[in-house]
Amino acid sequence: MRDELPDIDCRGLRDQIAAGDVKSVAVTKAVFEQIEKHERTIGAYINTFKEQALAKAQKIDDKIAAGEPVGKLAGVPVAIKDNMCTTFGATTCASKILENFHSPYNATVVEKLLAADAVIVGKTNMDEFAMGSSTENSGLKQTVNPWDTSRVPGGSSGGSTAAVAARFCYAALGSDTGGSIRQPASFCGVVGLKPTYGRVSRFGLVAYGSSLDQIGPITRTVGDCALMMNVIAGYDPADSTSIDEKTAPVPDYLEKLDEPIKRLKIGTVPELNAGSDSDVQKAISGAIEVYKKLGVEIVEIEMPHFDYAIAPYYIIATAEASSNLARYDGVHYGHRTKNPKDYIEVYTKSRAEGFGKEVKRRIMLGTYALSSGYYDAYYLKALKVRNLIRGDFTKAFERCEVILMPVSPTTAFKIDEKVDDPLKMYLSDIYTIAANLAGIPSISVPCGFDKNNLPIGLQILSPAFSEDKLLRIARMYEKETDWHKKKPVIS
Amino acid sequence: MGKRINQTEARKVAKLSRLDLSEEEIAEFTGQLSAILDYVAKMNELDTTGIEPLAHCLPIRNVFREDVIKESLGTEKTLANAPQRDGEFFKVPKIIDSK
Repeated sequence: MRDELPDIDCRGLRDQIAAGDVKSVAVTKAVFEQIEKHERTIGAYINTFKEQALAKAQKIDDKIAAGEPVGKLAGVPVAIKDNMCTTFGATTCASKILENFHSPYNATVVEKLLAADAVIVGKTNMDEFAMGSSTENSGLKQTVNPWDTSRVPGGSSGGSTAAVAARFCYAALGSDTGGSIRQPASFCGVVGLKPTYGRVSRFGLVAYGSSLDQIGPITRTVGDCALMMNVIAGYDPADSTSIDEKTAPVPDYLEKLDEPIKRLKIGTVPELNAGSDSDVQKAISGAIEVYKKLGVEIVEIEMPHFDYAIAPYYIIATAEASSNLARYDGVHYGHRTKNPKDYIEVYTKSRAEGFGKEVKRRIMLGTYALSSGYYDAYYLKALKVRNLIRGDFTKAFERCEVILMPVSPTTAFKIDEKVDDPLKMYLSDIYTIAANLAGIPSISVPCGFDKNNLPIGLQILSPAFSEDKLLRIARMYEKETDWHKKKPVIS
Repeated sequence: MGKRINQTEARKVAKLSRLDLSEEEIAEFTGQLSAILDYVAKMNELDTTGIEPLAHCLPIRNVFREDVIKESLGTEKTLANAPQRDGEFFKVPKIIDSK
């Protein structure tokens, strides 16, 4: 008999497992059956750990049978984006340069998942070094969108969002430098949260743009994002940019999740919404109506510098990347070229052979922006514009609690549609980038489908360290709709 | 609009980036980087006089820890991913000419 794949969220599943009503082993087996059935079509995982996962599941089931206490994610199958270090399996960043890299330590978030008794199913595909918006830049494999296999899952956490949508796991971790959790969550019809910069430890997350990178959850429901945050949020002495809990205490994100916020004011930016496809605009207007019916006051606000966000982002992110990726030198780990004629070639050829095109392009752009003679015009200017963008948010949040807008101007685009034009690909990040520049949290929640039955995401942005409130506001919407309950039929 | 970056400059940037790029890649990247830099020039529409550069969006300060000896990775784990090793060392081609 087939093991059943319960169609519930992590919270429900965890409680059923903890109560002994459902066995983690049965669910884990069912998850792997689903993977074995559809992974060849979807391509979400770079690596899976069936034996290890089943052994862990058995251990959890035994603990429960013995009446021992279990963690917040007891027996729940989860996935990890392959830019987070694990001592099991490789940590590839979907790059040939790290294809055989085995981390000697676990990322803090991985330790936290394990300590919460999660069952780790596998590590997911991504754009190489998280550089991309479609997962097409993976140096190792292709991932497609479970809703339409001729389309991209979004990126860079496209493997994680495709895995959650395709029921290859119950939740996943992604990382978001310019929209890499929210945009693929939107394209795949799942929930994705980018927390405040510094809320979740980056220790063991392979660095791309260090002042922008943040790890966050990808789930089926808003409640699961709250649950995952309860597991992964908090100060980490190993990450000097993580925020101590005296400055910003970590709340229980689930505690008041179902309590609506009273006298809520939500900001919208009409001229920004107008820049998206008509089906996206309609879905966002529909979401605004849902909030209005709940008695929320809608305030029209202005974000005069929002439109400028892409330019400083692609300077700052690539400048930081050019520095971060200097460590791939073919000396200590990673790919080394065969028969270098001198030590310089160890660097130049190992890097040229190991990095894919987009990574090379971004290293070039970042190096240029930081090079003598251009530093002031590009990098310094970008940092100043970044300050203006943060100022837009500071002003806006004086008039409203959160801001609502699309996640992406379009739904999932066709594979190969934008690969030849990097600038066109960059421009699709217009709505997500500003949150990273300002360091604030932002969530993507399913809010409808377009004429091709492709999911649309609603983005909600809130001030730094207000994830608890953000999740409650997202939950208010989710409770009134059933978009998040729809799942793709994989063909 | 004129090209913001030519192939000679692109080659220089590739050298600074320690990337051994083919001539085709240089040609391709020169065009693409020029287009991206044209777009980025949009920032110049904004007057940023008197605006502080924002390298980091949250106030951060230097973090100190107690100076206590902790266990380190150890030689074997450290060298486990080495492309080439010689005993307990990373091995690389000769750096200093012996002539």
